[in-house]
Amino acid sequence: MAKVQVSTTINGDAVSFLCEVDETLLDVLRDRLGLTGSKEGCSTGDCGACSVTLDGRVVCSCLVLGAEAEGREIRTVEGIADGDKLHPLQEKFLEFAALQCGICTPGFLVSSKALLERNPNPTESEIRFALAGNLCRCTGYDKIVRAVQAAAAEMRKG
Amino acid sequence: MPLDANLDPRTHQFKYVGTRPLRPDGVDKVTGRAKFGADATAPGMLVGKILRSPHPHARIRSINTAKAAKLPGVKAIVTRDDFPETKDPSLKDVLYNVMAREKALYDGHAVAAVAATSASIARKALKLIEVKYDILPHVTDVDEAMKPGAPLLHKDMITDGVDPAPTKASNIAAKCEFGHGDPEEGFKRADHVISRVFKTEATHQGYIEPHACLASVGTDGSGELWVCTQGHFMVRDTCAALLGMDVSRLRVTASEIGGGFGGKTTVFIEPVALALSRKAGKPVKIVMSREEVFRASGPTSSTSMTVKIGVNNAGRITGAFAELRFQGGAFAGSPVVLGAMSCFACYDLEHVKVVGYDVVTNRPKQAAYRAPGAPMAAFAVESVLDELAQKIGMDPIELRLKNAAKEGTKSSYGPKYNRIGLIDCLEAARRHPHYKAPLGANQGRGVAAGFWFNFGGQTCVSLNVNIDGTVALVVGTPDIGGSRASMCLMAAEELGIPYDKVRAIVADTSSLGYNDISEGSRVTFSTGLATISAARDAVTKLCARAAKIWGIPADAVVWENGYAKPSGPNAGNFEPLSLQDLAKKAAKTGGPIAGHYEVNADGAGVSFAVHLCDAEVDPETGRVQIKRYTVVQDAGKAIHPSYVEGQYQGGAAQGIGWAVNEEYIYGKDGRLQNPGFLDYRVPVCSDLPMIDTVIVEVPNPGHPYGVRGVGETSIVPPLAAIANAVSNAAGVRMTQLPMSPPRLLKAIFDAKG
Amino acid sequence: MRFEAPTTVNAAVKLLAGKSGVARVLAGGTDLLVQMRTDRVAPDLIVDVKRIPSLRTITSKSGAFRIGAAVAGAELGGHKALRKAWPGVVEAANLIGSHQIQSRATLAGNLCNASPAADSVPALVAAGASAVIAGPRGKRTVPVEAVAIGPGKTSLKRGEMVEAILLPKRPPRSGDAYLRFIPRSEMDIAVVGAGVSLTLDAKGVCTAARVALGAVAERVILVPDAAKALIGTTVDAEALARLAAAASAACRPIDDKRGTKEFRIRVAGVLARRAAQKALQRARGM
Repeated sequence: MAKVQVSTTINGDAVSFLCEVDETLLDVLRDRLGLTGSKEGCSTGDCGACSVTLDGRVVCSCLVLGAEAEGREIRTVEGIADGDKLHPLQEKFLEFAALQCGICTPGFLVSSKALLERNPNPTESEIRFALAGNLCRCTGYDKIVRAVQAAAAEMRKG
Repeated sequence: MPLDANLDPRTHQFKYVGTRPLRPDGVDKVTGRAKFGADATAPGMLVGKILRSPHPHARIRSINTAKAAKLPGVKAIVTRDDFPETKDPSLKDVLYNVMAREKALYDGHAVAAVAATSASIARKALKLIEVKYDILPHVTDVDEAMKPGAPLLHKDMITDGVDPAPTKASNIAAKCEFGHGDPEEGFKRADHVISRVFKTEATHQGYIEPHACLASVGTDGSGELWVCTQGHFMVRDTCAALLGMDVSRLRVTASEIGGGFGGKTTVFIEPVALALSRKAGKPVKIVMSREEVFRASGPTSSTSMTVKIGVNNAGRITGAFAELRFQGGAFAGSPVVLGAMSCFACYDLEHVKVVGYDVVTNRPKQAAYRAPGAPMAAFAVESVLDELAQKIGMDPIELRLKNAAKEGTKSSYGPKYNRIGLIDCLEAARRHPHYKAPLGANQGRGVAAGFWFNFGGQTCVSLNVNIDGTVALVVGTPDIGGSRASMCLMAAEELGIPYDKVRAIVADTSSLGYNDISEGSRVTFSTGLATISAARDAVTKLCARAAKIWGIPADAVVWENGYAKPSGPNAGNFEPLSLQDLAKKAAKTGGPIAGHYEVNADGAGVSFAVHLCDAEVDPETGRVQIKRYTVVQDAGKAIHPSYVEGQYQGGAAQGIGWAVNEEYIYGKDGRLQNPGFLDYRVPVCSDLPMIDTVIVEVPNPGHPYGVRGVGETSIVPPLAAIANAVSNAAGVRMTQLPMSPPRLLKAIFDAKG
Repeated sequence: MRFEAPTTVNAAVKLLAGKSGVARVLAGGTDLLVQMRTDRVAPDLIVDVKRIPSLRTITSKSGAFRIGAAVAGAELGGHKALRKAWPGVVEAANLIGSHQIQSRATLAGNLCNASPAADSVPALVAAGASAVIAGPRGKRTVPVEAVAIGPGKTSLKRGEMVEAILLPKRPPRSGDAYLRFIPRSEMDIAVVGAGVSLTLDAKGVCTAARVALGAVAERVILVPDAAKALIGTTVDAEALARLAAAASAACRPIDDKRGTKEFRIRVAGVLARRAAQKALQRARGM
């Protein structure tokens, strides 16, 4: 299979890579670019552990081909913190114990960051439905929702 | 190690224990830096893939790998021929499950494996392996498998625990029995007796991280293995045995683990990766796909249970009986023994008997799932108690209080209880606002109690003092729930230094002595008491160093709040020396300062819980919504309350999924129909309400701070609490799980008549 | 395997019609990639249509809408006028999967994947939507219910692709709604889906109705008897009961891992009734 050459932007950096046609964006991030923060939980778009944003929208990177990244802007969990400064969501996740094993956490951070960017004051129900595409098996979601609420409140303070 | 005589955890002013600091592995996990099983790479790494039987039961006549071997990029292929027969009977089933021997025993059973230079070449190679199967009849249902004439999985399986032993082989691996007294006598004295049959479907632990490992074996037979596991020492010993390696030549490192819940307490792909690596002379990485996880890792048993309980009008249980029939997949070992031991454990009973059958079927070999065996058995028992409470017009918590086990009660499984917290939990549940909250239309409330043994086990801890007075804590139990934070809290407490000065790592198998698996809710208890003991050992040594510096006897030095001090004015007038001071002087006073503790811990305290659930049923569609949920559980002493709450909520959530929607669905062809998260329906965020938690603390007399394990008890009551709530909401008693909408709607319509 | 990302419909059609081998359109990819992963399809050529500008837009003319085939569900949800005119269609599209799926999944893809349980299709059928199909022999427009002919099978010929979905102008005093039954609150494939669109006259009497059911047959079915139960009535309880009975009677479902025949038949009636009630409220609200 001939490889495709792709030029894209990841976490603000210009990146280019070669990949096979049937390689997913998740495969590329993890296996070619060393960005192992996005996780593979199911490869069928049912668990959200691979969530990244593509031109500002949350997607399952396991359902995007690497080739489709051409000219797009991708953001992963590795791009959420600002240098050595954690994002309020990351801080609240830690403070509220919103992670136990932590495997789903990158996906939740990407999804909830996108949620708060489009809806800075979500209700509990809005949070729950916005995060329905991210599975967590450890926490029962309670502390995750509370962490998102707390981060939202903090971010609204400006 | 017992509770400190001088320390009543209920009144003692802990400095660090009981607080909620940030966990040491936290920043890595929120930035994507943490390395899980599939995140490691090695130069020259090959990709391993496993060929799996598509048949639930078939004799493997031949495996021809010639074509696959010729495919460019294929570097090694292994089959049953590459795994020598084991002399160890306890390993035989593990070996035969890791790689099928004479027969494929379930849809998904590993038959061969390939290591190649890319995933796509490995996948192509699998397609070129020619396996000739003779298909055999199969059986997947536990009751069907017990019938005479059922398709036989193992021709030498004679039921253990039956006297005289049967003459014919069957699918019943073992029978067990527990209890005391005579239930028939008890039923005679009852005013009401209810007997019901219950069924539960098989479920999976559902960890989001698939099994993954990276194996690297050199030509000298030394190997390294990176793996997500709950027990890397177990992995080392098992793989070394299966591969004929010396234990000392295999170094296993536990990665961060993305969930286990018992499902990662055994090996599946690890021996295969090592065998491929040895053959190829290169590192081999194997990562299970989600489909493989469902088909070929270790779900829990499906069950069929008969429970009969009698009560008098005053609410006392006069007799209790249960027969549990659990299928554990293709090999013996379903958790029916633990289910049988635990199902009546909450109650003070004069006449109780439980019989259990361990049955094999053509399904993947089961693995532990959080309090193995207990949730299903509790579902049956607690449902019958709910019906009896309604029959005699008694509040369900009152009924349980009237029969609750307490200190000194002879348990249904044998031993007498020490100090326990069941009554405290029942009373706390009854006091909780949830219990009095009004219910709306089509809503019902359910209550259930639950029990788990909790375990101790082999544990080592090393504690090393660094030159700057910080402390490196070395443990051997993978962190599956935030335990590193709890260990640091306990070490900080003993040493009297800030939590931030202690850093815990999980050592690899070459760097520490043997540690049993992180299971049985044992880590905070066992690694905790080992940490406390290692810290006390270090403190003894620190005091000795101070004594040396001061020129006084070692027993004239005490440790207080992080300082060595003379024990009294007679010992001398010296300025206290901090841990930092002593650390700086270590080289001059005798060398590195460390504490150790090695133990086979016992004294783990049993843990009880009571759950309250409000459910709403749509009577036209059978859809269930969980409206409110409260967990009340005895933790003995909560070292880090946030992570204790997390265990309560997580167990409840898994119980909700199990009760309402999760199940393994097999077709008539014996193949698994829903090996994915689309149709294996775990709860999503919008399915659940906030889950309230109440931490009850009745100290465990067997731990210095009173700790009881908490990880497993939380999944024991939910099946029954939810079934009781749904049954009350729908007006029909549900005896089969999951209560999926088609089942529930049919029950509602059947009841209408 | 080849990957192409043409920038015009003609170029896309040429690629799809060319040579031999298996070619697949890639819009959202939420079905295609799963099928590739599970070995259900092994395309020789993947044609990414998201770089074709006319496929990425929603345009409206005289109250009718043209939705480009590569418009994602999330974009539909963000289009105020479309949401106002056809709330049932938009809510159906927005039910497909999670937010992650919504960012990618398209109406055209949902339609052409031809799952009998596709969420957007009953609503599109009830709305009287049509599909503009571009192919080697030019363009043709067909009612959406003519596209899927069985599970995973469409009436599209080699080289053809859906270019746009058309929604007619919404008559006054009309409302549409889509409801589906899933066991969880999200993330499930519909066990039953019901799309209803109806129009009232000035006196509140129903003059037109379309009722479509999903996941109860080998493809989405239009149920004329259910519509007849409403037409000429004020959509009162009696009419709704007859609609529900007609919906249940029209089902020819299967037993599968998501539901039994019996369950689907029962719930189809319930959902059709509830969707009609929702459509009615919307029609009255306009």
